[in-house]
Amino acid sequence: MITRETITINMGPQHPSTHGVLRLVLELEGEVVVSCKPVIGYLHTGIEKEMEYRTYHQNITLVDRIEYLSSYHEELAYCLAVEKLLGIDVPKRAQYIRVIMAELNRIASHLVWLGTSALDLNVSSLLMYCFRDREEIMELSEIVSGQRMMPGYFRIGGVQQDLPEEFFPRVRRFLDEFPRRLEEYEALLTHNLVWRERNEGVAVLRPEDALAYGVTGPVLRGSGIAYDVRKAFPYSSYDEFEFDVPLGKNGDAYDRYLVRMEEMRQSRRIVLQALDRLPEGPVLIDDRKVALPPRRELVRSMEAVIHQFKLVSEGIHPPKGEAYAAVESPRGEKGYYIVSDGSNRPVRVRVRSPSFSNLQALPVMVQGGMLADVVVAIASIDIVLGDVDR
Amino acid sequence: MAGIRIAPEDEGLKRNVLTTTVDRMLAWARSSSVWPVQFGLACCAIEMIATTTSKFDIARFGMEAFRASPRQSDLMIVAGRVSQKMAPVVRHIYEQMLEPKWVIAMGDCASCGGVYNNYALVQGVDKIVPVDVYVAGCPPRPEALLYGLMKLQEKIREQGRAGTFRREPVSVR
Amino acid sequence: MRGAADLTPVQAFLQDCLGEAVLEVHRFRQDATVLVSPERILDALAAVREDPWRFVMLTDLTAWDRYPAEPRFEVVYHLLSLERRERLRIKTRVPSHDPVLPTAVPLFRGANWFERELWDLFGIRFHGHPDLTRILMPDDWEGHPLRKDYPLTEEPVEFKGHVPKVPSEIIPYVPPPRRDDP
Repeated sequence: MITRETITINMGPQHPSTHGVLRLVLELEGEVVVSCKPVIGYLHTGIEKEMEYRTYHQNITLVDRIEYLSSYHEELAYCLAVEKLLGIDVPKRAQYIRVIMAELNRIASHLVWLGTSALDLNVSSLLMYCFRDREEIMELSEIVSGQRMMPGYFRIGGVQQDLPEEFFPRVRRFLDEFPRRLEEYEALLTHNLVWRERNEGVAVLRPEDALAYGVTGPVLRGSGIAYDVRKAFPYSSYDEFEFDVPLGKNGDAYDRYLVRMEEMRQSRRIVLQALDRLPEGPVLIDDRKVALPPRRELVRSMEAVIHQFKLVSEGIHPPKGEAYAAVESPRGEKGYYIVSDGSNRPVRVRVRSPSFSNLQALPVMVQGGMLADVVVAIASIDIVLGDVDR
Repeated sequence: MAGIRIAPEDEGLKRNVLTTTVDRMLAWARSSSVWPVQFGLACCAIEMIATTTSKFDIARFGMEAFRASPRQSDLMIVAGRVSQKMAPVVRHIYEQMLEPKWVIAMGDCASCGGVYNNYALVQGVDKIVPVDVYVAGCPPRPEALLYGLMKLQEKIREQGRAGTFRREPVSVR
Repeated sequence: MRGAADLTPVQAFLQDCLGEAVLEVHRFRQDATVLVSPERILDALAAVREDPWRFVMLTDLTAWDRYPAEPRFEVVYHLLSLERRERLRIKTRVPSHDPVLPTAVPLFRGANWFERELWDLFGIRFHGHPDLTRILMPDDWEGHPLRKDYPLTEEPVEFKGHVPKVPSEIIPYVPPPRRDDP
């Protein structure tokens, strides 16, 4: 009599292909995956509780480090939520600057995804090429905010300082060269037989499942549902820009790859429009109860000194209430739900993380597939474990 | 070249023969081909990957071979924050590495807990494993990590000179 | 605080549909919020999932601790309607002595991990959940970290020449100002 047994293997927290500290407990029958149980929490940092013990301005440094590949989107979402709570408007120039930095960050994040996904499938040279382009964006980030990653550039009410002069020629040079680079990567991968064999029909997510699990971002759009927070609930002047939102048809890894490649092109389109139409004006709101006064006022006005002192040593006092604001991060809908009781610390900051919901759909994607496809599935969801575990 | 007496007719030997100690040879070999284990945890892992890519090029130090298995590696670069759930895993990986082994605590979270000071994180990975070099930064620039790696190489070579296995950590700003 | 002038249609629908179970309805900064009593929460979620409202996506399920106010935990469901491009927030409150709610997994499969996270971090149990175990903290952890009576567990930091401080006391807590603000 032949009995069938399944093997349970552990794809542990330390693994080259799990894109971070993700643990998968896989039950296999031969090479076929019978069930997959993700175990998360290996990067749980307690950021949400930590934010309850800091002022609203101090929290901007903490939120940078949640979804560390797209820190500008994190800061944007947090600042939008606090600004919604306060009921203030951000100057137009600051909104456009936020759009420029966020879209550049989207390109950088997708380049990391492309490089590491290709590395998982043994196209190791692409990692070097993608990171070379990403270095350009890191230098741009350094010119603007002083740091490559974790910029801490956006403020409640605008951005910290204006874009310096040397930013503009550099970013235009980068954007001029970028389409040719993208064409090189597409020439390498898009019609490559090996790439297509490994990605087409793999990790399929049906639209009903995607909606049931709350999946957002390129994974949802790869399954054919057109939901992009920038189009559905425009924020920070996104309704003034023309861009397309690419959609996939089959919901497999290959469609998600095509969606993200096209998104990089559309991001470039948005940045060019924003640079051409960048309005003049202040970059930080004038309200002294919310934003620090400019330094040159401190030597002249006593009131400015008092406001500065109050803001730094005490912080802002938003009204009692709650607000939810969402942005379209490279992984999906990143939302912040902030509850305030009027004091200088938030009562609750909840980070709606797209990778948490997207990862929940992983068992559905790999069920019945091969073990080697699990690697492709994880790569195609594009998770950031800091975002999953917070 | 101490303690070797060469006869005058063999002066040419001095130009062609180099003498040293076995410890120094081993230290030179070890420091020039340190193989790190893939242990990127969080944001610092991205800067670690950036260090391996062509702009900062860790391969010129002989360290581009990031081994997936701890049994085949010499160096554990703890890149990122270590949570309570991950701490036993860090110790487990460290114990699986074979002697001689070194640990670099990359970033503020691995050195001292960093920006975070709460229930979920181990305040510094030196509470779990002995650390040789601390590289500060949040995240440290790739150049900072390279400087830390060079300091580690110096430390390894010093072990060859001294002939001992000193475990005092060196801090890099 | 029933009924304000500019309620959204779905808020009015829920008020009609559930009647007494809707404890509070308001719009703050254009966010539509409905507070429902815990026995009818699943009815509320199912009702707005149907046509014509079509709030088919549960984007977030979270909670916060109102300690020492009772009922202690406020559980918040964020819903999204893709066709109507509308968001809705449905809240409910559970007491601290028995924080139990029925599970939303039959309605929204994505609620699975959200409810595990709430059990892990708050101690709110979900009746009927397939696998209510800890998800973020280690399996043998004791306590529920995001509760207000659970300490942040900070290590004091040495400052040169000063008394060792904990970082959260560097800028201390300042209570809400006593002002009659609208």
